[in-house]
Amino acid sequence: MGFSFMKIAVLSDIHGNLEALRACLAHAAREGADRHVFLGDMVGYGADPVACLDLLADHAGRGALTVRGNHDQAALGGLCENMNFVAREATYWTRTQLGQAERDFLASLPLTVQRDDLFFVHASADLPEQWTYITSSLQAERCLAASPAAVTFAGHVHHLSLYFSAGGGVHAFRPVSGVPIPLSERRRWLAIVGSVGQPRDGNNAAAYALYDQEKRMLTFFRVPYDHMTAARKIIAAGLPERLAWRLQRGV
Amino acid sequence: MNDAEHLKPGTEIAGYRVEEKFHVGGMAVLYRVTPLAGGEAGVLKVPKLEFGSHPVCYAGFDVERMILERIAGPGVPRLFAGGEGDFGPYLVIEHIAGTPLVEYARRAPLAAKEVARLGAALASALHDLHRQEVVHHDLKPEHVILLDDGRAVLIDFGLAFHGHLPDLVEAEAESNSSGSLLGTPAYISPEQIAGVRGDPRSDVFSLGVMLYLLATGRLPFGEPTSITGLRRRLYFDPLPPRHFLPDLPQWLQEIILHCLEVNAQDRYATAAQVAHDLTHPDQVVVTERGRRMKQARLMTVAKRWLATLTAAPAARKSPTAQLALAPHVLVAVDADGSSAALLQALRDAVRRIIAGEPHWRLSCVSVLEPSMLTEQEEGAEIMRSQHTQRLVELHHWAQPLGLPPERLRFHVLEGGDAATRLVEYARASHADHLVLGARGSSGLRRILGSVSSRVAAEAPCSVTVVRASTSAQTETPD
Repeated sequence: MGFSFMKIAVLSDIHGNLEALRACLAHAAREGADRHVFLGDMVGYGADPVACLDLLADHAGRGALTVRGNHDQAALGGLCENMNFVAREATYWTRTQLGQAERDFLASLPLTVQRDDLFFVHASADLPEQWTYITSSLQAERCLAASPAAVTFAGHVHHLSLYFSAGGGVHAFRPVSGVPIPLSERRRWLAIVGSVGQPRDGNNAAAYALYDQEKRMLTFFRVPYDHMTAARKIIAAGLPERLAWRLQRGV
Repeated sequence: MNDAEHLKPGTEIAGYRVEEKFHVGGMAVLYRVTPLAGGEAGVLKVPKLEFGSHPVCYAGFDVERMILERIAGPGVPRLFAGGEGDFGPYLVIEHIAGTPLVEYARRAPLAAKEVARLGAALASALHDLHRQEVVHHDLKPEHVILLDDGRAVLIDFGLAFHGHLPDLVEAEAESNSSGSLLGTPAYISPEQIAGVRGDPRSDVFSLGVMLYLLATGRLPFGEPTSITGLRRRLYFDPLPPRHFLPDLPQWLQEIILHCLEVNAQDRYATAAQVAHDLTHPDQVVVTERGRRMKQARLMTVAKRWLATLTAAPAARKSPTAQLALAPHVLVAVDADGSSAALLQALRDAVRRIIAGEPHWRLSCVSVLEPSMLTEQEEGAEIMRSQHTQRLVELHHWAQPLGLPPERLRFHVLEGGDAATRLVEYARASHADHLVLGARGSSGLRRILGSVSSRVAAEAPCSVTVVRASTSAQTETPD
């Protein structure tokens, strides 16, 4: 079954931030979303990994698609050698929180999913297991070259951008919140949807994207949420204070 | 590949039946089509490809479809359908029944009044487009259609720019090492030659070229074929229209050359201001620009040339952010029926609204309601004198503000009831903000109804209703 004529909400990098996740899901519901895709990094950094995973597993049971991110993988075990100190602290803490059900759910996730002409991956379609950060047109071009679909969705970098092919190259566009962008079928598109649970572009509002398959319209949204509560929970859980501080600043 | 340029009548495409080919342009072929399911006829647009054409030629279709999906209004065609055929991309667009501006241009030079009428319709449609975050970037007579009701419709958005959407045109051009020119040499603005996109004042320049053409029958910069010829407009201004037609009114030359200023910041800030001036020629403040019979002296040209070498690239603003710098503020002044305190409060409100806005324009208006007397023989004479009296009062009201005269306009609106006339005028003049006083006496308001509440409800723009602070304390709200 393809999911033709759906309004697909694409949410990435939730990072255990329940307040941000709920705000985005409620916003997407108001916008008429009838399908959800979670692009990975559901846990790590935030204080509510279990509550977030419960919510996502619930959506998965109703047809949502989910791919695995590097933080999800790290939460299952391993040395976390590539992570900075704060991320590692958060990962170790997250491991103590997860039960068998959550581990099984995370372990079951694929690295990529394709539906019709849409491709979903956490970091990059080019060697997904390498967790490449797409921060330039060059990396975007490699991702697009590796993607089997016309429209690719990714997260991982916690910033929003839309890359598109034109005149033999790949170009970057900075989307404006709430403005629908028609995606021409003549081009290839890579939407970096930003982060639900830990935005880092100086705007502390949660980010997600909504794709209207019938009209081929992509809209990026910024959703303000109760970041103070999310930050308080991080401190109460004994996680590094810096993680609370950055939620308030959006950095 | 199916031959898109030679579709036979009766061919069916995407739910439409081809009726006849009616136009072959540089990039596209147009057919009249009717929907198979019945309904409004449209125009099918397919690419015109020469042997060996590169798919880059399709980019314009992408852009036009993207832009048309996001804009609306009487000044642009509706998009009915768009997609991919086995021959490439296609668009089905509303058929605009009217006269292309090219046909008027063929008869140029036209009378000043006719130039003003056509130009105002064009400038109005253009401002509506700019307000929707779009710069056309390829304005020329071929892309303007005049309707029988006097309005203008802009067509062909293949080079257009939308401030909130990816700029496919620029992206295609960047990857194109040949550095192809984005625009039509005769009409393109100096900054467009330098590759700047997204400034609505670039369209104001092209509008100026069209006004020049309609007024004189000549193109101000000819039709240059070399980059050197093209770049001349970066330093040289065109010969003044009055050089060819000494009888051309100074106000018209003032408007045309104001549109054609080399530097965008010296031009009209908005197309709405051009439309407003073309509809109120008597209010245009004529400067040296309007009077001159020769081009600027070599010294000026040399300075401009130097400036192009040292100029820093302008920071890009979105089209609507550019318009926001140039609000058209309308203030309704009822000098006769308002207290001195209210008149002062209106001045204070206006001063606050224009503070910090670099390119504001202020129109002071008064509504003259017809009285019983006008039906009598001496009525017209009385109306004339009342009209003059109102104008004098408006000037008197504005004088303490000490504002530069070239930014001020004064109008007495006649007939109808005040609220209707104000709303109509705000719409026609693309006002961004309307300021008016609350009717002072509650007794009068009860009889006549509140003008301000009706205006606030019906105006197409923001409305500020001003009360003098003292009267607010003494009056009881009703």
